[in-house]
Amino acid sequence: MTKSYEEIPLTPIADMPSTMNITGLWRVIRPVVDKKKCKKCTICWKFCPDAAIVLVEGVPEIDFRFCKGCGICSHECPSKCIVMVKEGSD
Amino acid sequence: MTGNYASAYGAKLSRAEVIAAYPITPQTSIVEKLAEFVSTGELNAKFVPVESEHSAMAACIAAETAGARTYTATSSHGLTLMHEVLMWASGARLPIVMTNVSRAMAPPWSVWVDHMDSIAQRDTGWLQFFCQSNQEVLDTIIMAYKICESKGVMLPAMIIEDAFILSHTSEPVDIPDQEMVDSFLPAYAPEFKIEVGKPMGFGSLVKPDQYMEFRYKAMLGMKAAHDRILRVEQEFKQVFGREHGGLLELYRCENAEVVLLTAGSVAATAKDVVDSMRSKGVPVGLARVRAFRPFPHDEIRALGSRVAGLGVLDRSYTFGAAGAMFSEVKASLYNCPKRPVTKNYIAGLGGRDITPKTIERVFEDIQLVTKRGEESEVEWVDVAGLPRWWR
Amino acid sequence: MAKTTIPEEEFTYPGSTGCPGCGANLVMRYLLKALGERTIVSIPACCWAVMPGYWPSNCLKVPILYTAFEATGAAISGLRAALDIKGIKDVNIVGFAGDGGTVDIGLQAMSGAAERRTEAIYVMYDNEAYMNTGIQRSGSTPWGAWTTTTPVGTTHDFKHEAKKDIMAIMQAHRIPYAATVSIAHPEDFIKKIQKAKGIRGFKFIHAMSPCPPGWRLNPMLSVEAARLAVETHMFPLYEIEHGRVRITRKGKGLPVSEYLKLQGRFSHLSESEISEIQSAVDASWRYLEEEEKYAAQAGINE
Repeated sequence: MTKSYEEIPLTPIADMPSTMNITGLWRVIRPVVDKKKCKKCTICWKFCPDAAIVLVEGVPEIDFRFCKGCGICSHECPSKCIVMVKEGSD
Repeated sequence: MTGNYASAYGAKLSRAEVIAAYPITPQTSIVEKLAEFVSTGELNAKFVPVESEHSAMAACIAAETAGARTYTATSSHGLTLMHEVLMWASGARLPIVMTNVSRAMAPPWSVWVDHMDSIAQRDTGWLQFFCQSNQEVLDTIIMAYKICESKGVMLPAMIIEDAFILSHTSEPVDIPDQEMVDSFLPAYAPEFKIEVGKPMGFGSLVKPDQYMEFRYKAMLGMKAAHDRILRVEQEFKQVFGREHGGLLELYRCENAEVVLLTAGSVAATAKDVVDSMRSKGVPVGLARVRAFRPFPHDEIRALGSRVAGLGVLDRSYTFGAAGAMFSEVKASLYNCPKRPVTKNYIAGLGGRDITPKTIERVFEDIQLVTKRGEESEVEWVDVAGLPRWWR
Repeated sequence: MAKTTIPEEEFTYPGSTGCPGCGANLVMRYLLKALGERTIVSIPACCWAVMPGYWPSNCLKVPILYTAFEATGAAISGLRAALDIKGIKDVNIVGFAGDGGTVDIGLQAMSGAAERRTEAIYVMYDNEAYMNTGIQRSGSTPWGAWTTTTPVGTTHDFKHEAKKDIMAIMQAHRIPYAATVSIAHPEDFIKKIQKAKGIRGFKFIHAMSPCPPGWRLNPMLSVEAARLAVETHMFPLYEIEHGRVRITRKGKGLPVSEYLKLQGRFSHLSESEISEIQSAVDASWRYLEEEEKYAAQAGINE
């Protein structure tokens, strides 16, 4: 939506969090966490480039609005409890 | 004092807070003087000895974004090296003030005056002031901060001194009182600045569907500069008792048949020629472009409607076209019902001296073409090998 | 439940427009975890100029100054000068630039900032090419790599020049602190940044930043590639303090082929070319070890 010249600042000053970009729409594969196997080591949270993993009592909760499906969490998980599946499958 | 020292004093009195500059002939004594002021504590500022002119402007941009009043100075190749970031400064709407000691471009190598370096920056969105005297240099720097920092403008400005003729020649200069300058020019207080605690990004990527609106706003800023220049000069006159002619200074143009229009120190010589010709009864006048950006369209049209012949002396040349000042004057006059005969004279490149004799012959030539009603395009003055002008 | 081994607080929002698996995303994430909120970042033209998103999106919780490509060194000097003259203390100023904007077009300005002892941390995130403009070779592209301007093709025209040793260049500037960091070792990364934060003067951080599209690398293996770079000594982890080298992770010395085989940009290399790389890496590693020993013997920085 193009804003009128009267509604914009003098120069482009960005002041909105990037959570306006729903990068989850990019996914072609998605991570599935087996919470029963999860050892709560926090490694997946540590390596997520997008900070799209939040730890809830040590267990990863993936924010699928933003997860791009890169698969790093799945590859780095030492307990092998994160599996990448095709987006759209269930 | 010299024009360079006048620049240094102008920046000092304006309480510049960050000075980032790189040496180049003939600007060096500006930077040296300022380094001395900072070193002795006479000026409370940070001096950043950058490693190129491009970095000088980049550092000023960063410091100005953080809310500091900045100043720099350069010349010729230094100015053209900065070109990329000159555009950045105006797009970022930062009221940086800079002295350009206008000097010819190489090759051929030259350290002497012409305006090609300054004129080549006319598209950058900077205000451009051509000065005629060292007093004007000092005064215009102080005024420029006030003009540029006003909310409706927020654009950078360059104050142009002629190389060696102003930069290194001593003239009497009155140094205003610091307290008086402080009362005239308050501290820089921008609406937005980069600071801890406010996670904003300055200078983001903008898609085609929004870019034009930002440029439109910059255009409005430059447009507002016209009136602001006049207002600030009136205020300056009230405080300091001096003015320098607004955007277009008219000298004895009342009842003038022909007028020569030019910029920089050559205008001072031309005023002498006007006086001597007037004393012989020849009705000539001199118009001095003081502000080239914003271009004084209204003032040019008003003048154009009153005279029969208008010659434009450019101390620069735009290859493939004509002198830039001439082209813009002509464009300004195009739609006027009553227009003078116009002609372009290219003179003084690479520091070639423009003597009173030459100017007198230029006036005679304007009179000649006005009488004949012809509009010749461009004529190069004082070029060896062109028999008409060379003796 | 295990406690996190790195600070928990996030200073980046999700929604950055970096590619899936972008190493540079992790570089910034760890950098800001180490530095905290009182930080201003200066970013030139590079992937990270685009990643915070189109205006008005900002994926960082700290302010950003976007600048022209070559200007990072000058911009951080200008920022620091302004904060100093205003008496604003206790602010981390970071120049965050890509490899092109540091070793090539940005080298002059960074050299100037280092020589002026600008109080700042300069972080070069190294994805080893001009990635933002589409994978063109830079001075930091390693020997052997395919890029769009070293296109291999039928002429086998991969990059035949060695990678510029930016750490050695910064060592020659005699800055107080320079270090290499890796996204595969976040604890070490954060420790080094916090160390840099506490040192006065100009600090340089070389962060390897695996790039899935540019390296023809499976995004899942971004961190793995960084890990192998360290273990094969292709990207050793070390610090240089006032000219003195200290290796911070020995690495197993795995064969370079373990690292190269993950990446499509090296897939055209013959066995003998890989051996050439192995020899060069071994020689560099030995040289680094010697430098470390020499510095200790010569008593540099004691």
